[in-house]
Amino acid sequence: MSAIATKPAEILRSPSFAQATLAFARRELRDALVSRWFLLYTIGFAFLAVATSFMSLAGSGSLGFAGFGRTAAGLLNLVMLVVPLMAMTAGATSVAGERERGTLIYLLAQPISPRELLLGKFLGLAVALSASVCIGFGLSAAVLAWRAGGTGVASFLMLVALTCVLATVMLSVGLLISVCTRKAGVAIGVAVFTWLGFVFLSDLGLMAGTIVFKLRVQELFTLAMINPLQAFKMSVVTQLNASLDVLGPAGAYASRQFGAALPWMLLGVLLAWGAVCLSLAAVIISRRSPA
Amino acid sequence: MITVMNVSKRFGRVAAVDDISFEIQPGQALALWGSNGAGKTTLIRCLLGVLRFDGSIHVNDANVRKRGKLARSHIGYVPQELSFHEDTRVAGALSFFAGLRRSDLRRCTQLLDQVGLGGQDRKRLRDLSGGMKQRLALAVAMLSDPPVIVLDEPTSNLDSEGRSEVVRALKVLKDEGKTILFASHRADEVMALAARVLVLDAGRLKRDTTPAEMWSGADQVRTMRLCLADASEAAAAQILRDAGHAVNLNGRGLCVNVAQDQKASPFRDLARAQIVVRDFELLEDYPQPEQGS
Repeated sequence: MSAIATKPAEILRSPSFAQATLAFARRELRDALVSRWFLLYTIGFAFLAVATSFMSLAGSGSLGFAGFGRTAAGLLNLVMLVVPLMAMTAGATSVAGERERGTLIYLLAQPISPRELLLGKFLGLAVALSASVCIGFGLSAAVLAWRAGGTGVASFLMLVALTCVLATVMLSVGLLISVCTRKAGVAIGVAVFTWLGFVFLSDLGLMAGTIVFKLRVQELFTLAMINPLQAFKMSVVTQLNASLDVLGPAGAYASRQFGAALPWMLLGVLLAWGAVCLSLAAVIISRRSPA
Repeated sequence: MITVMNVSKRFGRVAAVDDISFEIQPGQALALWGSNGAGKTTLIRCLLGVLRFDGSIHVNDANVRKRGKLARSHIGYVPQELSFHEDTRVAGALSFFAGLRRSDLRRCTQLLDQVGLGGQDRKRLRDLSGGMKQRLALAVAMLSDPPVIVLDEPTSNLDSEGRSEVVRALKVLKDEGKTILFASHRADEVMALAARVLVLDAGRLKRDTTPAEMWSGADQVRTMRLCLADASEAAAAQILRDAGHAVNLNGRGLCVNVAQDQKASPFRDLARAQIVVRDFELLEDYPQPEQGS
């Protein structure tokens, strides 16, 4: 091995916050784009969207592809099931996986801060997840445009945009789980349990609570808003220009009470979830041992 | 260059590092010596600012607790084993770290050649040998040409050839005037590289000495690795320490330093305590320390 030449003495500079964050974001995005989960989710989305469109007309006694608007409404429940699971597991394995492999210490021994690492991972994964959602929906949109015409494109695009927001918010929840756990397997387990809580248990809890505690409609709405998935559902239904009455008394109450401000409020709830979880994750990763 | 003042680090009730203070002058090479659990790795992690600790550490006047990023920009770190995404190619890994260390991409190629990894840039990390990985870690550490190199048992997972390569590279860095802090459990490495040795035991600083003082008649010292039943290793280490041997107990066995003409003495001491040595290995020699080092 020959001598390692040293460059002339100069002031050593650490990377700025933006430089370090973008370096991690680029790396995370590159890793995600060549990973199997990305391919699987993207193909899965395209398949589900096309299949849902096809099934949408089956109920009315005819066969063929429904338009964009009807497909968007049909996809809502599928998105609520699949996207949170995909985003939370991707986030949950992220930091915990690095910790388990022992790479986290090595990364944090570089001139960067834990927050830059976390934010970089968040940005990289958020772009990867959004790309997966957009590619999946895009493929189905191409099929729909070819077979069913272009009616209701705006609703479909709004669903895609809100799905990207949901993916980002759920990614923050996944990252919060990730910084709190030491092993990727445990992180995935906690993420799946949290997903079950968001998707099924909170609905069941609300129903049970309404019956047992005789909740008033405003209390029911407030409790529903604690669940980001409910906020997402109301957001999409509002954007599809449907009446919130379809969501029951809580929806009708929200529609009456908040009127035009409701879509912004619902978006605010979603973004608040993301911001709070990401901020908590940033505090925890800075305080916790990386080993 | 490095000032460590009353540094303590506890994990629950256990003090992994207990009130340690020392200074390292620019260009000095210092070894941390001690068994597993002595606190070497924890102290290094405190120095890098990746663990929270009590006390203060300054690297090149940068306070590690308050200005961790700046302090780490003065340090090149070589871990026990390079841990990075195994699917990454050598060039990709180096350019990623070059981005973090604000280093010129041309320097990556230059460094790969200099650590003997020229032409290996398309290889994935999982295809590199242990020695090649450590040389890559050394190249990463040198990306921004930092004045301080910190190494945590850099040769412990390497074969003799890999060890020689890494030790040779470190001697070059030492000759260039880099400040080097490294943990080791091998007397030959310490003698070849270090001017000072800090002996740690159960998180405490026991001795601040030189290799020559630590192993008097150092030119005659050999390192032996003894294979014992796992349950008796800790007791054997204590018996050998009590008998005046420099001992290091780690995950790969019990290493003891003995005079060239007294190699049987550890066996005698252990036999007296009815501890059976199943096998032993005499580890290779490295060049002895130069005069005045």
